[in-house]
Amino acid sequence: MENIGNEIVFYIIATVIIIFSIMTVTTKRLLRSATYLLFVLFGTAALYFQLDYHFLGAVQIAVYAGGIVVLFVFSILLVSGLGHNTETMKGKKHILGITAAVAGAAVCCYALFTQVFRDSAYAYGGEVSMKTIGQMLLGSGRYQYVLPFELISILLLACIIGGIMIARKR
Amino acid sequence: MEYSIIILALPFFMFILLALAGMKMSHKTAGLLGTAGLLIVTILSYMVTYQYFTMPRVEGYRLALQPWNFEWLQFTDKLRIDLGIMLDPISVMMLVVISTVSLMVHIYSLGYMHGEKGFQRYYAFLSLFTFSMLGLVVATNIFQMYIFWELVGVSSYLLIGFYYTKPAAVSASKKAFIVTRFADLGFLLGILLLSYYTETFSFKDLISGGQCMSLISSGATFMGASVTTWALALIFMGGAGKSAMFPLHIWLPDAMEGPTPVSSLIHAATMVVAGVFLVARLFPIYMFDMAVMELITWVGAITALYAAIVACVQSDIKRVLAFSTISQIAFMMVALGVCTSTDPHNGGLGYMASMFHLFTHAMFKALLFLGAGAVIHAVHSNEMSQMGGLRKYLPITHITFLIACLAIAGIPPFSGFFSKDEILTAAFAKSTFWGVWMTGVAALTAFYMFRLYYGIFWGKEAKHEHAPKESPAVMTIPLIILAAITCVAGFIPFGEFVSSNSTAYHIHLDPTVATTSVVVAVIAIALATWLFAKPGTKPERMQSALPSLHKWAYNRFYIDNIYQFVTHKIIFGCISKPIAWFDRHIIDGTMNLLATVTNAVSYSIRGLQSGNLQTYVWVFIMGAMAIATLILILI
Amino acid sequence: MEIPFIYYLVISAVMFFAGVYGFIARKNMLAILISLELMLNAVDINFVVFNRYLYPHALEGFFFTLFAIGVAAAETAIAIAIIINIYRNIKNIQADKLNEMKN
Repeated sequence: MENIGNEIVFYIIATVIIIFSIMTVTTKRLLRSATYLLFVLFGTAALYFQLDYHFLGAVQIAVYAGGIVVLFVFSILLVSGLGHNTETMKGKKHILGITAAVAGAAVCCYALFTQVFRDSAYAYGGEVSMKTIGQMLLGSGRYQYVLPFELISILLLACIIGGIMIARKR
Repeated sequence: MEYSIIILALPFFMFILLALAGMKMSHKTAGLLGTAGLLIVTILSYMVTYQYFTMPRVEGYRLALQPWNFEWLQFTDKLRIDLGIMLDPISVMMLVVISTVSLMVHIYSLGYMHGEKGFQRYYAFLSLFTFSMLGLVVATNIFQMYIFWELVGVSSYLLIGFYYTKPAAVSASKKAFIVTRFADLGFLLGILLLSYYTETFSFKDLISGGQCMSLISSGATFMGASVTTWALALIFMGGAGKSAMFPLHIWLPDAMEGPTPVSSLIHAATMVVAGVFLVARLFPIYMFDMAVMELITWVGAITALYAAIVACVQSDIKRVLAFSTISQIAFMMVALGVCTSTDPHNGGLGYMASMFHLFTHAMFKALLFLGAGAVIHAVHSNEMSQMGGLRKYLPITHITFLIACLAIAGIPPFSGFFSKDEILTAAFAKSTFWGVWMTGVAALTAFYMFRLYYGIFWGKEAKHEHAPKESPAVMTIPLIILAAITCVAGFIPFGEFVSSNSTAYHIHLDPTVATTSVVVAVIAIALATWLFAKPGTKPERMQSALPSLHKWAYNRFYIDNIYQFVTHKIIFGCISKPIAWFDRHIIDGTMNLLATVTNAVSYSIRGLQSGNLQTYVWVFIMGAMAIATLILILI
Repeated sequence: MEIPFIYYLVISAVMFFAGVYGFIARKNMLAILISLELMLNAVDINFVVFNRYLYPHALEGFFFTLFAIGVAAAETAIAIAIIINIYRNIKNIQADKLNEMKN
């Protein structure tokens, strides 16, 4: 029963992600686009939860949904009035985009379904404990990530400064 | 005499100074600075001359000194180019001539060029010229001489084109440069031939004769003439170009577009005699080949006659003087050409006569040009028709000009008489034919000089807007000094100082030759007086009596037109144009084709580099998918 | 019954190519940025899924995703700062109009 419930939840999440992904890029209004992106990100977070990566799901929601989408919404509101950000989905670019997307998807799906992947099952490794995460993030041993962690922190610092520099009034 | 290096260094330093800092100076400072520099050079030259000629002779000969010799470029074990200073009778004599005339011209130019634009530049070029000319005469080897030879050509070019806004001056300077350059090609070939066989550039080695034997005994021939003949004839070609010998004379009359003092210094007194100096310098080698001497005589004689005839009908006073210069230099060439040995007592008189005439001619021709400059300064025209009756207005110029005319006509006791007499004696000594020929030319000389003199100072007075004034003192003083030199120079015992083998030669006048030449000159002057002294129609009647001769002479026997035809129609039309076409269409065409194709291809693929990120992404995705498909198919 | 992990990959593929379409077809720079986020997200899913299904005892994919989220946040912040600056300067954020420096 638990498995079936899991499956049902998965299909719901999958449907949500697929539909909202497509709607994100096809809607004509930017604000809606951002909203649909939010849904997709929530769906992704749900997938992470389903895969028992709770911390990752939380980060996904906090950073993506909480930070990035809010930034998007702010900037959309900043750069354009609400009603004026429609655009027509016609022309050469449109066709080019569809070609690339369909061709790419077709090739990928063909590859996925015809190539034999190592048939591996879901292995429940259990919830990754905060202790493990903490130790791995700040450990300096093999398969530990203090260097990327510090790098990211510097990158974020640079971003803060860069963002201020770029966006400030001259 | 190590200080002789200053004679070279100072004008060069002046040139650098005036050329670099001249524009910051006032006209007066620049002019006085250049003149002061040259005054020092002149004094030093006189000191060198005095010291050199008071040195005791060695076994009756004057030795050549080399106070400076700096080894410069080593080619082979024996062949090398040096830079140095050689003092021997003719180079010392030339030092005096150059520094004296140059000093006079420097002083004169202070007045003549007063207020001209580019005054400082003018003095810089004058210094450059003086430096190059002095370097030319003291050269220790033929290659050093060639270097200074070209420097002289360059400064001549610069000074002819001094009024570079005047198209005539620009084309005249180009003409002078190209014609002399063409002749210098022969000179260079001659140098290479000579040095290849004798394995030396040095005059000392060449003249001593030992080296020349290898040249003569090499036995190589080309087109029926021996290497000696070719080398010497080619070197003479260089000299002929510089000295405006027929048929390379065409640049000199046009060179009169330059300022008159420049004509006086470069195109009358010093640079144009460089050819004579070159032949005199290599005189002992020329003695080895009488065929070339014959050639020199012929070229000189034809030039002398030709230029004298043309000078009789020209109306531009500077051109008359230019042709007169050509004619007089040809005299010197003939004098060299008629020599049959290096012994002045026995067939080598011409050498001494040539150098003597070079010396006296430099003085009186410089005087004539400076006088003409004073006249032009007064009436602002070169044309004889704008002059006439000027003797009242320009008394000093008149007297000095008359002295110079008498000197060039060969009237005693002026200097020209003595030197010309020696030339005629030498010509008669060779053969009566040359003697008569040159006497005839001397008569023509007297005739055209007095035609010029009467045309300027006598005859019908032209209308002047305001009466011509005598020139300022800075211009008349050089005239007076040169006139004084002209009066006394003939009494210099020149043979004591310079002779073909540098032994002492005592000048003695041949009474027959002297009488003949004076009588002929007086008759010519009388004829000129009869024709031109009083305003009248006699000249026109003469002219109409011989219409074709006058026309031919007036147009300089169409030599320039022949050159024009040869260069424009034949060389430009038949050779240059096809080459230019080939260059433009085949060689440039290939390059242009490459460029055009590259351009076209680039233009057509420019769209790929649109800078449009979305297109890039599309191409990237499609490419990635294509590769993925390929891998899928292959696996 | 297990969910085959290929299903996850199909989801991520669809999401990725939706992003590709958006990136190519949209003109508004913010829309392009949103499409970019979609693509990044799709890749994150792949990492996580591969980690969970193929190497359940390792955590490389997990941490890669974690850092990718961090980088994405940084990148978005900068990109939006640039876009706002552009908008302030030329009052337009249509990608095909940004050709001031061309020609």
